Amino acid sequence: MAEAPIEDRTTEVMTVNIGPHHPATHGVLRLVVDLEGEVVRDLKPVIGYVHTGIEKSCEDKSYWKVIPFVERMDYVSYFFQMEAFCGAVERLVELEIPERARYLRVIFLELNRIHSHLVWLGTTALDLGAISMLWYCFRERDKILDLFEMAAGQRMHTRYFQVGGVVEDIPLGFEAKLRAFVEDMPRRVEQYQALLDRNEIFLQRTKGVGTVSRERLLELGVTGPLLRAAGEPWDLRKAFDYLAYPDFDFKIPVGTVGDGYDRYRVRMAEMVESTRIVEQALDGLPEGPHIADDRKYVLPPRSELPTSMEALIHHFKLVTEGFRVGPGEIYYSIESPRGELGCFVLADGSSKPARVHFRDPSFVNLQAFRDMAVGSYVADMIASLGMLDPILGGVDR
Amino acid sequence: MEVERQTLREKGLRARDMLRGDLEGEELERYVEERVVMTNFDKMLNWARSNSMFPLTFGLACCAIEAPISLVTARYDLARFGAEALRASPRQADMIILSGRVSIKMAPVVRRLYDQMLEPKWAISMGACSSSGGMFSNYAVVQGADKFMPIDLHIPGCPPRPEAVLYGFTKLQRKIQGNPDPGWRQRYRAAGTEEWARGGPASAPSAEALEAYEAARGLIHA
Amino acid sequence: MPDAPGLELIRGEIELDHPGAVRDTVFDRGGASLVVDPAQVLDVLRWLRDAPGQGYTFLSSLHAADYLPAQPRFGVHYELLNRNRVERIRVKAMLGEDPEIDSCVELFPTAEFQEREAFDMFGIVFKGHPDLTRILLPDDYVGWPQRRDFPVGGEPVLFTYNEGDRG
Repeated sequence: MAEAPIEDRTTEVMTVNIGPHHPATHGVLRLVVDLEGEVVRDLKPVIGYVHTGIEKSCEDKSYWKVIPFVERMDYVSYFFQMEAFCGAVERLVELEIPERARYLRVIFLELNRIHSHLVWLGTTALDLGAISMLWYCFRERDKILDLFEMAAGQRMHTRYFQVGGVVEDIPLGFEAKLRAFVEDMPRRVEQYQALLDRNEIFLQRTKGVGTVSRERLLELGVTGPLLRAAGEPWDLRKAFDYLAYPDFDFKIPVGTVGDGYDRYRVRMAEMVESTRIVEQALDGLPEGPHIADDRKYVLPPRSELPTSMEALIHHFKLVTEGFRVGPGEIYYSIESPRGELGCFVLADGSSKPARVHFRDPSFVNLQAFRDMAVGSYVADMIASLGMLDPILGGVDR
Repeated sequence: MEVERQTLREKGLRARDMLRGDLEGEELERYVEERVVMTNFDKMLNWARSNSMFPLTFGLACCAIEAPISLVTARYDLARFGAEALRASPRQADMIILSGRVSIKMAPVVRRLYDQMLEPKWAISMGACSSSGGMFSNYAVVQGADKFMPIDLHIPGCPPRPEAVLYGFTKLQRKIQGNPDPGWRQRYRAAGTEEWARGGPASAPSAEALEAYEAARGLIHA
Repeated sequence: MPDAPGLELIRGEIELDHPGAVRDTVFDRGGASLVVDPAQVLDVLRWLRDAPGQGYTFLSSLHAADYLPAQPRFGVHYELLNRNRVERIRVKAMLGEDPEIDSCVELFPTAEFQEREAFDMFGIVFKGHPDLTRILLPDDYVGWPQRRDFPVGGEPVLFTYNEGDRG
């Protein structure tokens, strides 16, 4: 009797669908992975599961009303989106923001950077198995959110930045609480590092995993901690002096190899540097107005409304129709925790923007994921995805 | 049955007596009565279900950072309600918290997940976006998850504070126990102000809905 | 950013190699833009990237905008960055109805996802793109949402007075 031919199962390539609902993908990311055994041969990310049409909705709203919309794109680093949009509009209308507002913006941006890195660390360590990191990181995150709530009233999506400055000055007691946080934070970072830095399992899972060369990353348009971990000291805070960053003395952590472990170290060091920036900003916080006083774009203070007719008219005009921006277009980018966050605003002379587009860092960084994961095991792919730090709200917008 | 207030010490002494076998007759009967709850099986089952929910790890967008991630952390501990065992597989979960905006591409996936869950199952729609489309009234967001799946509880907010989610969770627990919260109509004594949105104004409610509202009204006036 | 005279110099140099490529220069609010002929956009990009002394090697962003009612209505923007001199320059190609343009994925691999997004949102076809399919919307979606004549969508909020309209 002839024997049935035995299939060679060791070289069969299997296509596996990971996600969009998966505990290890950070958000609703779907990966269509071609696996040969445990080795990833090809990878295709399918995105769009949180596509919210924010850019289209922005065309329908006046410039102020766009701010809460764009905040909700990359939902972990919301202050950065506000800064990108407000900064772009301020450059379009050529509005100077006062010194105090610049310092306050830097304080909140750097606090948001620490917040984003904490969320990243907690969830990525959770994916890699170091489950207790989640609780420690979110303990600090709650402290930061308390600070946000103190200043702006909301924990997340605070809508604190306004075209011209910030909406309200910081309340009494904020400085003291922030100072206590700033003193405490470096010690906490040391605690996290004590848990993970020389942890054998963490090292084995991240060392040499997901390495992409610096040139390839630049070709793919990758920026942020991923690029810096590969050895390129490129940071928009130092390159384009925007806001009050030139006044502060801070370093840019740069890695050497560009693997997962370097990315982890770069982000940890960034947290410490951000704390230093916040401390310097707090020490040097100048007195003065917290928002510009050009009444064409900024609301007059409420105390003037009962007495001054012009103030009332300005207030009415700004609140009902909004200010108009003359025709023009601008592209303004800042350094968000994930890389270069760019905002393109096309103004057509009316009170609503004609096009708002965000160059989101996670969207562009995701193109590097294929290079990171192909040729490695599935577990390494998950580790690379964690170190890539995509936020799907920004990817899909 | 009257229950006397006893100090901790007295209770301890009585427990010691029982263990030694010193309680007898009427005293022993009273001891047992005070510690046994008589109920029917359904109520006990619902009580057990509500206090040991297995939520599905399902985060869509911003609300996902507040819950499930922030809820299970130490400050807003979900474990005190027995729901800290987040399951990744829908077959093992009995509650889904829709945290975040549901886009048109994701809606069939969510429905499939909900269908894969086993009965009894509950769905919480957390935040404005999944309850009603939120601020995104556009082509890409489903205007409320109600459009494709039954939701038991809506939690407003953008994003709702974790305390708000916990409050909603306790309301869901009461609903599961068969004791639904009549809500603001109780607080403001506004019984009889219900409007029926089905079929236009002044249309009659269905028989089941009428019964449910009568029952709730009974709770208000009780 | 290259200042206004610098921008004119760049235009002059491109004219030597690729005559007729640059149609216009715009220097507005500190930003420099070159409006180019869509058929020669790859030449201009390659020149800006490779010409000695230019070095705009990093494509920050590739996006599109709809300038309706102005014609030609579609603009494809290439935001280039010179990391050594820290300067940005924008290259714009204006397209009319049924927009088609060459894909720059070989020059700048970062454009892969971004061109797919421009296709998905506006319907701009990038010739030569390895995989031009919808990226953000479902694959069977009909319409190009980001165009100005596409409605925003959504539903009107339901109140008692308009409840009868919904039925």
